[in-house]
Amino acid sequence: MNVTAEITAPAVTSKFDVARIRKDFPILHRQVHGKPLVYLDNAATSQKPKAVIDAIERYYKEQNSNVHRGVHFLSGFATEAYEETRKKITRYINAASEREIIFVKGTTEGVNLVAQSFGKKYIGKGDEVVITVLEHHSNIVPWQMLCEERGATLRVAPINDDGEVIVDEYAKLLSAKTKIVAFAHVSNALGTVNPVKEMIALAHELGIPALIDGAQAMPHMRVDLRDLDCDFYTFSSHKMFGPTGVGVLYGKEKLLNAMPPYQGGGDMIRSVTFEKTTYNDLPYKFEAGTPNIADVVGFGAAVDYLNNLDFHAVEAYERELLAYATEVLTRNKRIRVIGTSKHKAGVISFIVDGVHAHDVGTIVDSEGIAVRTGHHCAMPVMQRFNVPATARASFAFYNTKEEADALVRGILRVIEVFG
Amino acid sequence: MMSELKALYQEIILDHNKSPRNFRAMEDADRSVEGYNPLCGDHYMVYVKMDGDVVKDISFTGAGCAISKASASVMSSLVKGKTKAEAEKLFDQFHHLVMGEVSGENQAEELGKLAAFSGVSEFPARVKCAILAWHTMKSALEAKAEPVSTE
Repeated sequence: MNVTAEITAPAVTSKFDVARIRKDFPILHRQVHGKPLVYLDNAATSQKPKAVIDAIERYYKEQNSNVHRGVHFLSGFATEAYEETRKKITRYINAASEREIIFVKGTTEGVNLVAQSFGKKYIGKGDEVVITVLEHHSNIVPWQMLCEERGATLRVAPINDDGEVIVDEYAKLLSAKTKIVAFAHVSNALGTVNPVKEMIALAHELGIPALIDGAQAMPHMRVDLRDLDCDFYTFSSHKMFGPTGVGVLYGKEKLLNAMPPYQGGGDMIRSVTFEKTTYNDLPYKFEAGTPNIADVVGFGAAVDYLNNLDFHAVEAYERELLAYATEVLTRNKRIRVIGTSKHKAGVISFIVDGVHAHDVGTIVDSEGIAVRTGHHCAMPVMQRFNVPATARASFAFYNTKEEADALVRGILRVIEVFG
Repeated sequence: MMSELKALYQEIILDHNKSPRNFRAMEDADRSVEGYNPLCGDHYMVYVKMDGDVVKDISFTGAGCAISKASASVMSSLVKGKTKAEAEKLFDQFHHLVMGEVSGENQAEELGKLAAFSGVSEFPARVKCAILAWHTMKSALEAKAEPVSTE
């Protein structure tokens, strides 16, 4: 193995300075069980740069107030900070208007909002919703609940042995009965990057709107929603270096306008009497109650942080890191990678032959290495590959080749214990 | 951390994981109960055949981590031939042990094979793996039909 040579040689193909980036993330410098933390659970949640942590602290120390309500100084200030994030996100994902950016708790709420609101209006008995085998439970269960309630049918596009959606089979499922398609941009369990633009275009040929679960795509790539031309796109702040508890549902204005409100309460109304309530304009129609203001402000700081990165360099670095990690892991013949698409982002799901994923997780944890083990909230994917669980190493741009090597050493310990 | 890891994955546990005892379905079981931890995926079926108050035969099928499988295997070896009351006493002893409520060493003689699980208490995330089959067995003895979860 020429691992050492590869580590000491500078990464000439990448301009990305990972050592400098790591300084921005305080938690990466702590130890776990007396060893340096090797955080490879980024698909579950990413770590936060100091800029985000500071923005939240500053908000509570100096800016805290409720939004859209008071005439006093702080209320105006908080409202401005909250709305500033909406503007930043509009630009970041190239949405047409701030009215298309709805703040939600996270991706899960984004999907539920569309299932409940769009579903209530447009999906009835005999209609169909099309998803794929790759979906996270949060892009399965809300549709299942809706279909059950409405007497509609959930159709599921299959995947091949590499963990890629079989686009021809997906296309065959689309018909006049299909009222919406919903699928992940990037699979959380396998890392597969779906050909979303093509899949959206196929749905649009039949006039079917498309919802994309972008939770796992946003941390790894710049996404241009007007280029994708999707109808809904939803993602979580906490997976893209921002705080937990906030996310975005993007929807085309025409669709959002036609949809009924999701929850009733303050902020989403224009006027209320006991006879009749009229609803507020977009995006407030879908933001009932006091929102998660502090974390929206923190989310804005995360977007600023991402805007300061050269994403071409980030993507090149991540590709190189993923290829390297896959290479060093699969040199060990006891390791089998599940999900071998050519187009992957950030994730290596694997099995150590003869050892259950949880035992792998516990043993590598004793070396300070954090990986996720289990079904990754994607039980149908596990069933497809006939495995009860996998270990999943998921990477962010602050991870290093040395950390991939540490994982390989951790797995050697697993094999040592289990023989 | 290394010594804790060795205490968790003791020889007995690795052996029972590799060659689980009483690992088979039982066609003529009096009772069978499902034990399932949905978050981690450990999934077992425990079968019992009673002769009056005595566990005449016990077996299990299913899949999960080494801790859960070894625990199911050791449980089945210990409970076979015991009365319901004796099996429940073993359940209590095991429960205390993995919760770290007794010292495995002090009572090693009484605990016998169970003592191999004394390392589990240092790994709170793994306690639910160790106790799944035991709870499932207890439920089967109490003739409950509901699936068991320890998450």
